[in-house]
Amino acid sequence: MTTITVNGKAVTVTATPDTPVLWVLRDELGMTGTKFGCGMALCGACTVHLNGEPVRSCSLPVSAAAGHKITTIEAMSVTPVGSAVQASWLALDVPQCGYCQSGQIMSASALLAKNRTPSDGDIDQAMAGNICRCGTYNQIRAAIKDAAASMSGRG
Amino acid sequence: MTTIFNWSSETECTAEVALGNPSRRDFLKVGGMALGGLTLAFALPGTNRLAQAAVGTFQPNAYLRIATDGQVTVTCGLSEMGQGVHTSIPMLIAEELDADWSSVRVEQAPVDKAFNNPYFKMQATGGSTSIRAHWQPMREAGAAARSMLVAAAAQTWKVPVSECRTESGQVIHGSGKSLAYGDLVTTAAKQDVPAKVVLKDPAQFRLLGRDQHRLDTPPKVDGSAKYGLDVRLPGMLTAVLARSPVPGGKVVSFDASKAKAVPGVRQVLQIPNGVAVLADGYWAARKGRDLLDIKWDAGPLASLSSSTISKMFTDAASKGGALARANGDVSTVKANHSIAATYEAPYLSHSCMEPLNCTASVTADGVEIWAGTQSQGPAQGILSHVAGVAPGKVKINTMYLGGGYGRRFAPDFTIDAVLLAKAAGKPVKLVYTREDDTRAYFYRPAGVTQFSAGFDQAGEPIAFTAKVSSPSLMEASGFMKLPADGVDNFAVEGTRDQPYEFPNLRIEYARAEPGVQIWFWRSVGHSQNAFFVESFIDEMAAAAKADPYQFRRKLLDKEPRHRAVLDLAASAADWGKPLPAGVHRGIAVAESFGSFVAEVVEASVSADGGVKVHRVVCAVDCGHTVNPQIIRRQMESAIIYGMTAALYGKITFKDGRVEQGNFDSYPMVRINEVPRIEVHIMQSSEHPGGVGEPGLPAFAPALGNAIFAATGKRLRQLPLNTSELKRA
Ligand code: FES
Ligand code: FES
Repeated sequence: MTTITVNGKAVTVTATPDTPVLWVLRDELGMTGTKFGCGMALCGACTVHLNGEPVRSCSLPVSAAAGHKITTIEAMSVTPVGSAVQASWLALDVPQCGYCQSGQIMSASALLAKNRTPSDGDIDQAMAGNICRCGTYNQIRAAIKDAAASMSGRG
Repeated sequence: MTTIFNWSSETECTAEVALGNPSRRDFLKVGGMALGGLTLAFALPGTNRLAQAAVGTFQPNAYLRIATDGQVTVTCGLSEMGQGVHTSIPMLIAEELDADWSSVRVEQAPVDKAFNNPYFKMQATGGSTSIRAHWQPMREAGAAARSMLVAAAAQTWKVPVSECRTESGQVIHGSGKSLAYGDLVTTAAKQDVPAKVVLKDPAQFRLLGRDQHRLDTPPKVDGSAKYGLDVRLPGMLTAVLARSPVPGGKVVSFDASKAKAVPGVRQVLQIPNGVAVLADGYWAARKGRDLLDIKWDAGPLASLSSSTISKMFTDAASKGGALARANGDVSTVKANHSIAATYEAPYLSHSCMEPLNCTASVTADGVEIWAGTQSQGPAQGILSHVAGVAPGKVKINTMYLGGGYGRRFAPDFTIDAVLLAKAAGKPVKLVYTREDDTRAYFYRPAGVTQFSAGFDQAGEPIAFTAKVSSPSLMEASGFMKLPADGVDNFAVEGTRDQPYEFPNLRIEYARAEPGVQIWFWRSVGHSQNAFFVESFIDEMAAAAKADPYQFRRKLLDKEPRHRAVLDLAASAADWGKPLPAGVHRGIAVAESFGSFVAEVVEASVSADGGVKVHRVVCAVDCGHTVNPQIIRRQMESAIIYGMTAALYGKITFKDGRVEQGNFDSYPMVRINEVPRIEVHIMQSSEHPGGVGEPGLPAFAPALGNAIFAATGKRLRQLPLNTSELKRA
């Protein structure tokens, strides 16, 4: 039994301690917004926030997350940065197949939470861990800038 | 090669589609959230549609229905894999229906003959056919509904239909009075379905040809979109399968004791394709699978290696083969000078972001699967054969596809899921690890093409030959046969029909079969053939000391659509004007899937051989446009997919085993490598062409040609061997 906090709620899960958070979320908690792409921290599809930092949940054993705060795509709309990012993603119709996009949005919102005026270099650095096989990269970049602009517009 | 499954000749898309089981639908609400903006339908009436349509709904055909609140629901038989079909098909219907676009939603259709792809004669999505094949029938479906709504309003008002027009979800009478479609539902449902409809003059289009937001965006930004991997059924087990590490290998014996000791592991089952560990969830199944101790008989391909495969193709190409096309007589040409070159491309994996998976349930009532599939129609027939039930007892639920690119047209993963569910006596979700997915064959064929060209004294090209060697995709597909002339259409597409005019030309095809299961990969034969042909044409331009753009242009006198996109790309890219120091241009043009695309790539090469792509200018003529934003995005998507193939993509074999596994050994282009991409769409009134694939073929040759312009080195292999570019 491990207790973790997911989207503000403490939950006790029965998964063995070595089980990656990804599979606790998906298989035990039924939260399928976080995706599986590689299982080796190589693609970013499984990105969640651990105490606000972007982490690859496929490579984070649930034991290491005990007592920490996990935030997933399912809770992004209630955070100011997350909702701005989602609004820009909608406005620009970023997704194609969409499968990578939960992870992209989690990485992008972690970037913008720290850096309201990211340069192209900042975006490259924050987003290079997220593969998009559909090649939506230029739209991702544009949507991050759009979200940054909309947040600064709001003051 | 062994064909690993049988496509039933008649796929028997029976209309046995019951109204959805509500409890099932509840199970698809996962994580405490209802389905997002798009309801994946399990509930479309098949036959007797009118009789089964819910009371208070107007449903003139299988493709749309209108509710009393005016909401228009389009039922789409095509699979949404990112190409935008869940938006563009509704747009075709909404245009002729004169619907209010903001009231249009979309749902996924079940398997039904009504949804057969007119190009394939089966329900399937691929070959960039969706718009080409449905341009007319979907518009007719919308127009039929519109005419019934007009008849209903005319009847209500007791006026002739000729006094009524429609706009944005309303019928409007000449006097100014109007009725919303929702208010006409009951009366419209009583009208006769018209035998013939008149379609709009494209000049009258209000929606088509204009950017519209995608209908599938909302669930794809909040995590609620349901892909195959997200399906959860009560009592379901997750399976991870150990497949032979060598193509065609068989299990001799296995010891599952360690696997069974993993907490959560419930069953270990052997099926023809290997041994599966079934557990409560993925993690235990994966751990268990990795602990299986299996003795394999590797079979005849135990010593397969990429070097022997390469030699097989090169030898076959050198010998030549079946005649694919001839003009004039190349054997009598007396060339003043000539050039020759050999090109080669590797096997490629599709590597969809969502690893292959399928959930299956087999009960006394029949078979039900949930999967991201591009071929639900034939899958129904195939799975009925696999499970030994009537096709009408197989229900296919098409989920969102986390990428398809042709891979999900193959039924292999659905077959294994059904076999496992049947053996387990419980619903089973079969999940491929990333490594499993990369090593699951169904690769883009490898191949070699040898070219030669002859020039007269004035430097004009007078002879062109190509000898193509690759396996037969038609035979590998299981639903096509190599034609009597012995020429595989896919192996020579883009080469046989290369567009340049040469007085003497000869194209041959030499089939060679290393034994690896091959499949359709984004842009199919064009994916390598455009690289071969358009690189060699560039070599010819260099041999003729001509500008590569002007050289092509001159030989395209009789191909106006090729020439027009070439001109557009060249002018948009300022061809011939100076670039920053070290940056060079390459150009290429290719027709595929009914569309014409030219690309100019700007690239630079560093002293250590590093290639940087700065900018891609793409010009496309895809006939009438539906949603220009989707067209631009599909071009961009295919260019980046092609960039991964050009720079990194290769599946290689050693001792019969695939050497690549995860994204570390099969890398993908990432955001920091992506160039600026500009897409220019030609105004055209031609029949629509495809858009999902045609952006890909021209990229690799345009890049290779830019590298040649930068370095004078001609790279004739994919992926481009940039280590050759290192300056000492
Ligand atoms: S699934 Fe975790 S990084 Fe790919
Ligand atoms: S949208 Fe398909 S992988 Fe990114």
